[in-house]
Amino acid sequence: MLNVDYALLFSVSLILRYGVSLWPYSGEGKPPMHGDYEAQRHWQEITINLPLDQWYNHTQDNDLLYWGLDYPPLTAYHSYLVGQVAHRVNSSFTELHQSRGIESPDHKLFMRLSVIVADLLILFPAIRFFCGSSLSATALLLAIYPGLILIDHGHFQYNGISLGLFVISVAAVIRNCDVLGSIAFCLALNYKQMELYHALPFFFYLLGKCLHQPSFLRKISKLFVIGVSVIGTFVAVWLPFFLAGPYTTLQVVRRIFPVDRGLYEDKVANFWCTIDIIFKLKQNLDTSQIGLLCIAATLLLSLPSNLHVLRYPTPRNFVMSLLNTSLVFFLFSFHVHEKTILLVAIPAILATSVLDKKSAFQRYWLPWFLILTVFSMVPLLVKDGLLLPTIASTVFFCIMYGNLDQMVSTSSSPLNERMSSPLPVEPNSFWIQLLGFSQVVSLCGACLLTLLHEVYPPPARYPYLWPTLICAYSSLHFLLFLLAFHVIQFSSGVTVSISKKKL
Amino acid sequence: MLIAGFLALACVKLLYLPSYKSTDFEVHRNWLAITSSLGVQSWYHEATSQWTLDYPPFFAWFEFALSKVAVHFDPEMLVIKNLGYSSDKTILFQRLSVIVTDFVFAVGAWTCMKNMHNLKSVQARGPSRDAAIYTLLLTNAGLFMVDHIHFQYNGFLFGFLLLSIGAMMQEQYLLGSLWFCVLLNLKHIYMYIAPAYFIFLLRAYCFNNSAFSITRLVKLGSLVILTFVVSFGPFVNQIPQVISRLFPFKRGLCHAYWAPNFWAVYNLVDKALTIIGKKFGGDMIKIPTATDLNGTQASMTGGLVQDIEHIVLPSVPPLATFIITFLFMVPCLIKLWRRPNSVNFMRSLTLCGWSSFLFGWHVHEKAVLIMILPMTLLAVISRKEAKYFLLLAITGHFSLFPLLFPHQELYTKMFLHIAWAFLAVKMLKKVHKCDLLTLAEKIYLLASVIIFIYSEFIHFYLPPHLAKYEFLPLLAYSLYSALGVISTYVRFYKFFLSQ
Repeated sequence: MLNVDYALLFSVSLILRYGVSLWPYSGEGKPPMHGDYEAQRHWQEITINLPLDQWYNHTQDNDLLYWGLDYPPLTAYHSYLVGQVAHRVNSSFTELHQSRGIESPDHKLFMRLSVIVADLLILFPAIRFFCGSSLSATALLLAIYPGLILIDHGHFQYNGISLGLFVISVAAVIRNCDVLGSIAFCLALNYKQMELYHALPFFFYLLGKCLHQPSFLRKISKLFVIGVSVIGTFVAVWLPFFLAGPYTTLQVVRRIFPVDRGLYEDKVANFWCTIDIIFKLKQNLDTSQIGLLCIAATLLLSLPSNLHVLRYPTPRNFVMSLLNTSLVFFLFSFHVHEKTILLVAIPAILATSVLDKKSAFQRYWLPWFLILTVFSMVPLLVKDGLLLPTIASTVFFCIMYGNLDQMVSTSSSPLNERMSSPLPVEPNSFWIQLLGFSQVVSLCGACLLTLLHEVYPPPARYPYLWPTLICAYSSLHFLLFLLAFHVIQFSSGVTVSISKKKL
Repeated sequence: MLIAGFLALACVKLLYLPSYKSTDFEVHRNWLAITSSLGVQSWYHEATSQWTLDYPPFFAWFEFALSKVAVHFDPEMLVIKNLGYSSDKTILFQRLSVIVTDFVFAVGAWTCMKNMHNLKSVQARGPSRDAAIYTLLLTNAGLFMVDHIHFQYNGFLFGFLLLSIGAMMQEQYLLGSLWFCVLLNLKHIYMYIAPAYFIFLLRAYCFNNSAFSITRLVKLGSLVILTFVVSFGPFVNQIPQVISRLFPFKRGLCHAYWAPNFWAVYNLVDKALTIIGKKFGGDMIKIPTATDLNGTQASMTGGLVQDIEHIVLPSVPPLATFIITFLFMVPCLIKLWRRPNSVNFMRSLTLCGWSSFLFGWHVHEKAVLIMILPMTLLAVISRKEAKYFLLLAITGHFSLFPLLFPHQELYTKMFLHIAWAFLAVKMLKKVHKCDLLTLAEKIYLLASVIIFIYSEFIHFYLPPHLAKYEFLPLLAYSLYSALGVISTYVRFYKFFLSQ
């Protein structure tokens, strides 16, 4: 029953995660506001000390300007659960008002362990569920991808929960367990509203599957069942807020979708932020025009890949569309954080299960892309004091990636002692060689920029020179990847059917 | 694969930079300061800090070389008076030095892996064997815990041992001896495995084709003497002082944390008999009270380092431990004399180290590595040895847990230990193509979970009159591990003698 390969993978993943968690968290030692870590702790304080109808409202006891809740209810419920445990471990962790800005080794250990527990309960089972009983490249990459580890266990967040639920939903939908998939995705959405980045492909894939049903009755009934499960999940999650009244419910919505925030905060590897270097958007257009521009660009550019899925609803197209749509949203959407790139990285890794492992995607595009996602977050990570773990976990990832075949094939084939195939290997074509060369040059550039960012102080006239350059460099690459991934989606590649995988 | 494996491990080690570090960190910082600030004539006299230089001269030169790099990180760490100095740059430098010098270990492991191909008596062949040797050596959880968290340079030192063994496998006896002599002059505790070298070299090298070769003996002897002369030469005027620093004998039969060896069991039996005797014998047995022991708290189980007074069983002086250790080494040395080949050499070496661990004076639990690392090479040779290796290594690493006592390190050691155990089981199963452990053995290994849960969690929630016995968790670790270490010793010894 115990699958030694997965036990080994997850324990190695835990070693990486716990190692990163020894380093500083966001806002450590930086009063009065600190960072995401303090925000999460504060939500535990709020949810266990105050009644539900005050969680999202600005009241005397709940100052929304100090890390007010801005994620959907499932995050609030999770904070409540963790807060209950925190209270029993050490009540000073969650004293109303008194515990603001609390920092101690015990508290840090507790908070870090809560993220590990979340990964153990949701992310790891999700990986196992997606990949089946024999270890695959997808499982390995999901478990050691540095971006997720650094943000969740370094900076401090609980992306493992929403992304874990997302992975479960993708696995379920691909296996034609559409109800389970819909429920899981709705739960993911109700944990972090950014999962909306993935909503369009789900919608079009499920719709496409419905339309491809043999009879009209089947079409309608499938649509109906999915609709019911979606609505049912939402009602179940939001019920306590519905019961608390329309004002409270609307207040939650207002907190989740703050329409009065700016186009972007800090520097993000986003299209608009990059354009801004040359053409100052904020000065030439007002907020509502910018908002419209974002929505229009995002929806328009998402259409091709999604319509493709609608017309040809296969697992391959679905996963590629998840990748492409989330990348479009990241590049062209409103108020994007650099951490949101994780929402694009995970579908990219999932794509290894639907594309051929000898394809250019897995050999070149994917590792290039994943490393650049980490690179795009370097300014944030350096600010948190996480440069060393970033370098360590990324180099480790590269080495593991380079030896992927050895890691994965040796686990399942007891008789396979031969490392190389007897078939003659074709020499790489010119384009592949060019691709490889560009990849190396680009990654050297990334290393150089990181080095400069660390070592060389920027000139007084451009204090944000390095973060800006890093973001521009990343976003130009992301635009290139957007093109490449679209080409891959639309090309008739080898389709690997994963619906036959054992659960 | 050599570089890739080494680099990948280095990355993981780097992640654990902010971990707990023991007083050994300050020990080495002090030695950096001593060797860089003072002239050679003062190195073994300097006593500002309590952590005086107690390793042989080559290690002092090693620290001297390191200090040349250290000055670029933080010159303040090289000031002797800065006792306990540990700025961020100091920690970075020291940790990096351990990570970088581990390259010697990687090269040693690689050499052994390659040279295994020459051995005729090796059962299992193929890339899975190579991968097992190299990976299990490099990723050894015990080494990780002791070197990169607790802080020591064992990887660097064991690298020389592996290079030596690798050379012996290739019948490059002089080179093997050279590496071993260098090792002895880096850390003299490896003296314990010198008998195996002595017998093997005498039999396999000096008796060239059953004819005793004087020239070879002279060559070997001169090499050894030359090494020692180079090492002790600069200190020729202060040999007595150096010796007194290298061999301090005030410390006690057992270390503060009882290594899981024979004397731990001996102590426990003595204590048990005392308690039984008290119940039945009344006043006939005088038990030393707290004040009798020079005002130090409680008795030997209090966890402090001091001379241990046995009450019922005879007290054990240092000389007795040496004699007993040596006696236990004799059978395997005789066997090695009879059949001198590389594999038997490795087995004797392991057993000599193992005997010194079980019966030696003031053994640290860290010394368990001296059996585990060479045995890794033996694990790919036969199924029985793979089984003994798993039992020894998993139990041995578990016995290191009390070293990393802070709360934060609880999870570190747990994850490292579990991951490596799974890796070892998986890789060896692939090499030998069968299940290696019996049900009883698996149950024994799983019982460690109970010991772990008790010692790390339950003990602290016991009622006060029980919880005050702080030594109980340590005792649990020691005795549980001693059971595995001692029983596997007996079984492996029998196996070797029956070959």
